[in-house]
Amino acid sequence: MHYLRAVATIALKDLRSEFRSKEAINASLSFAMVVLLLLSFAFDPSSEQAREFSGGLLWLVFAFAGTLILNRSFARELGNDCLDALLASPLPSWALYVGKCISNWLLLMALELACLPVFGIFYSIDWTVRFDGLLLVIGLATWALTVIGTMFSALTVNLRLRELMLPILVYPMMIPALLGAIQLTTDLLAGRPLSADNMLWLRLLVGFDVIYTALAVALVDTVLIG
Amino acid sequence: MSAVEVDRVWKYYGDYPALKDIDFKVADGDCVALLGRNGAGKTTLLRIIAGLSRPAKGEVRIAGRDLRELSTRRRVGILGHGIAVYDELSALENLKIFASLYGAADPSRTAMEWLERTGLDRVKDGLVREFSRGMRQRLAVARAFLHDPTVLLLDEPFTALDDRAIAVLQGLLKQARQAGRTIIMSTHQLREALELASHVVLINRGHLGFHGVRTQEMLDDPSWLYRNYGEA
Repeated sequence: MHYLRAVATIALKDLRSEFRSKEAINASLSFAMVVLLLLSFAFDPSSEQAREFSGGLLWLVFAFAGTLILNRSFARELGNDCLDALLASPLPSWALYVGKCISNWLLLMALELACLPVFGIFYSIDWTVRFDGLLLVIGLATWALTVIGTMFSALTVNLRLRELMLPILVYPMMIPALLGAIQLTTDLLAGRPLSADNMLWLRLLVGFDVIYTALAVALVDTVLIG
Repeated sequence: MSAVEVDRVWKYYGDYPALKDIDFKVADGDCVALLGRNGAGKTTLLRIIAGLSRPAKGEVRIAGRDLRELSTRRRVGILGHGIAVYDELSALENLKIFASLYGAADPSRTAMEWLERTGLDRVKDGLVREFSRGMRQRLAVARAFLHDPTVLLLDEPFTALDDRAIAVLQGLLKQARQAGRTIIMSTHQLREALELASHVVLINRGHLGFHGVRTQEMLDDPSWLYRNYGEA
């Protein structure tokens, strides 16, 4: 019970800090909108071809804009040496990590859900047709991005070039989850339901989430303390 | 059993040995002045004692227990160079977070109690980023003391404090001494530290230069220690 309270304390603290400063969410939302707009100029949005890689376009935007949120996750603890106070407290490192993952996941989900209507308008796609499936896929793939991104945010927190290092480390690790997310999102946006045909990709997403969450929880103390 | 046991600790930054075979024990209720020139390794040693950094060799135990055990960390209070409170949160929110993490039964009440003790109760809902430097420092002191730690680790605690924050901290340290708390305090303010300390640890370029009881000789002439045991 104490650990759950600790996880909730960290998650709420991060969300409250973010809502007050709006540092990460403003930057990532503006970036996502600009990229969506620019890509709509690059491709003919009404063409069938654009529909076929709509999942890829969407996840490209989510992944790029998402790292702006993930970058801030541990970096916000550096000011005033707050990370030291958290690590010296009787808060297990995994609880700190999970708390941050939850707040990051909620922020990323908010960003992604805000992007969907804009994406629908720019690319003339009705994203509401398979919305329940789409929400499941976005939720699972966003958790994958969150666990990897939060872990590397902890790893790169003391680097001067952390804004550059985070995407370089996160994207290669994310390839299996991104492949699954892109495939499933494209199917769902085309109106195809989740079925036996694409269940392998969904299983891959679930497996990726479980394995990387377990690995990150096991390794985070070593990453933070050395 | 010692309150703090530093057992043959080595620490390297790359190839550079920042701490070399540091070995000493601190008994329950001792107040140790951790002295040394800039770069001697005081902060590195305090970070290792606080469990914020792992030694390359050797180990540190608090009340005979491993540092990274959660029950051990519950006993330790640390006041470092940074104030370790969040600028975007209010004073009350900051203290509630730490009271909650330290397992206080009623985090709000604990937080309010400490805001009153440090004279910040009237600005409890003010955001820390709007506080003056002195108010931020008093909040940092409250954050370090709010869980009633049995071992206090203070890294140059009086540096850059204003008069009021110094008075608050001195009062709390006096109470902690009377309550038999163990204190390890690194500082450059020799006279103030020696007046408070029962023992002295001197670090010279990563080596343990001196460890022993604080004597009247040191109080009469604070530079005596550096002259006799300091680096050449």
